[in-house]
Amino acid sequence: MEPIETIKEVVVQAVAGAQLEIVKSTPAAQQPAILADREHAYAVGKFFKEDPRFQMDFCSCVTAVDFLPKGDKPGFIEVVYHLYSVSLKQGPIILKVRAPREVEQCHVPSLTPLWRGAEFQEREAYDLYGVTFDGHPDLRRILMWDEFTDYPMRKDYEPPADYEWEPTPHDDTLQRAAQAGGIMPPTAREELEKTKKK
Amino acid sequence: MIQPLTEEKRFTLTQRPEGLIETQTLEVSIGPQHPSTHGVFRMDCVLDGETVVALKPVMGYLHRNHEQLAERMAWLGSMPYTDRLDYFNSMTNNWAYALAVEKLAGIKVPEHAEYVRVIMAELTRILNHSCVIGFMLQDLGAWGTPLLYAFREREKILDLFEAVSGSRMMCNYMRFGGVRVDMTEKDLAVARDIISRFPRFLDEFEKLLTTNEVLLARTQRVGILPKELAINASISGPMARASGVEYDIRKVDRYGVYGRIDFRVPVGDIGDVYDRYYIRVLEMRESIKILQQALRDIPAGPHVAPEVKLRNFKIPPGDGYGRVEAPKGELGFYLVSDEGGKQPYRYHVRPPSFINLTTLEDMCLGHKVADVVIILGSIDIVLGEVDR
Repeated sequence: MEPIETIKEVVVQAVAGAQLEIVKSTPAAQQPAILADREHAYAVGKFFKEDPRFQMDFCSCVTAVDFLPKGDKPGFIEVVYHLYSVSLKQGPIILKVRAPREVEQCHVPSLTPLWRGAEFQEREAYDLYGVTFDGHPDLRRILMWDEFTDYPMRKDYEPPADYEWEPTPHDDTLQRAAQAGGIMPPTAREELEKTKKK
Repeated sequence: MIQPLTEEKRFTLTQRPEGLIETQTLEVSIGPQHPSTHGVFRMDCVLDGETVVALKPVMGYLHRNHEQLAERMAWLGSMPYTDRLDYFNSMTNNWAYALAVEKLAGIKVPEHAEYVRVIMAELTRILNHSCVIGFMLQDLGAWGTPLLYAFREREKILDLFEAVSGSRMMCNYMRFGGVRVDMTEKDLAVARDIISRFPRFLDEFEKLLTTNEVLLARTQRVGILPKELAINASISGPMARASGVEYDIRKVDRYGVYGRIDFRVPVGDIGDVYDRYYIRVLEMRESIKILQQALRDIPAGPHVAPEVKLRNFKIPPGDGYGRVEAPKGELGFYLVSDEGGKQPYRYHVRPPSFINLTTLEDMCLGHKVADVVIILGSIDIVLGEVDR
């Protein structure tokens, strides 16, 4: 594979208007990545897949990373694609896309139309990080249950105190027992913990 | 007296001639307790008669947020927990994680340790493949016999694992820069003994299975996965190679000492369940070749890089990805370190069997519901890894 600067130049010439940056890995790993803007990420991915020099036909690993705001710098969610070429036996080219952390604005283009292999992995990133992949054919939760509302892998996620609670026929009994000073139902426990925190 | 069917009354459920009969599809949920799902996995099937017209895999019943747990521990802290991903192949899981961390930190592994790792990984591949064939035949209806033949061989390998690492399945054997304890001469002799006996078992196994009429009838031309789809859907491991994708990370990345070892990569041409069965048999034969070379060439030396600290182990900020050819496919770890570097800021597992499930629906469409079970068996999933 050519050095990352050359690859960047090639992509800038091929995809009009793409804003690219190089992100360094750890010094020892030597796996620099290409950070693409959200508008052109799909075009950049398509270029890597179809260009005869790269032929990145194998999308190996898709995941998201949550970066919290640091000082003045705003936080962001980074979606990482590891691309390999099976036909040319080369790689990886690492493609990164960043989106704001707010769930309503956390949208990136889906690359599942290019690589089917991203289907489940993008669903996983949506499930655990709340990244919406525009253009994904079947964006549902995959590991958490459908009724779950939060995104548990985010760095600021706090599990609810009653996360194992589910309604049972004994709720009334527990409520009465709590009033009598006995076992506390989880909802009451949660309130108690809130007051403790204050 | 039974009247013979007239021409206009002769129909099947799938052809559905207009106006004769109204059929409706049936939604069947297979799993999560069904034994053929190899754990807690569910398939939402839509059936027309017995033919599958739609199928959606449902997973997450065993989800324990492995990644988040690892992000709250020191780097070494999650090494034992990687055993629980694919609990059949803890050795290769350990290696994948150790390899990723070594990549990030730039640790060089002593040659002796690399050979020990190759020996352990190939023994793991043998035990995984033989058991998977056993499980697949169990799904076909061959209750017990092939599986117990495989388990008999597996037990010998697990005894060696126990002697070396202290545990049969949850080995927790690799460390950053090497392995935890060295293999003694006695252990190496046991490994040689296992290898010398294994081809005889394989011959016996193949004699029973490879040309077995029932096996051929049930597996050939069932669950075909075309080559183009296999590459596009990121299918890896024996499943991709059965479809004709010539890609083996041991050959491509040449991690460890695989670059020095002479072996071939078997490739199938149809990509049906039979190919996926047979490719595993051939891979076991290649693994034996690798093991013979590794056990012959293993040099003396330290079993772990002496400069790697166990306590206060730190990695400079940045990210990196390391991957190995696990028995089920490409097992990778994507790790991010930040300031401080005492524990992973982000720890992501690229699980092969989770991603290999992507094409389950494509392979099952048009087949009978009984074939779904063996198609799933031929993918070789482990729910500890799928759900994490």
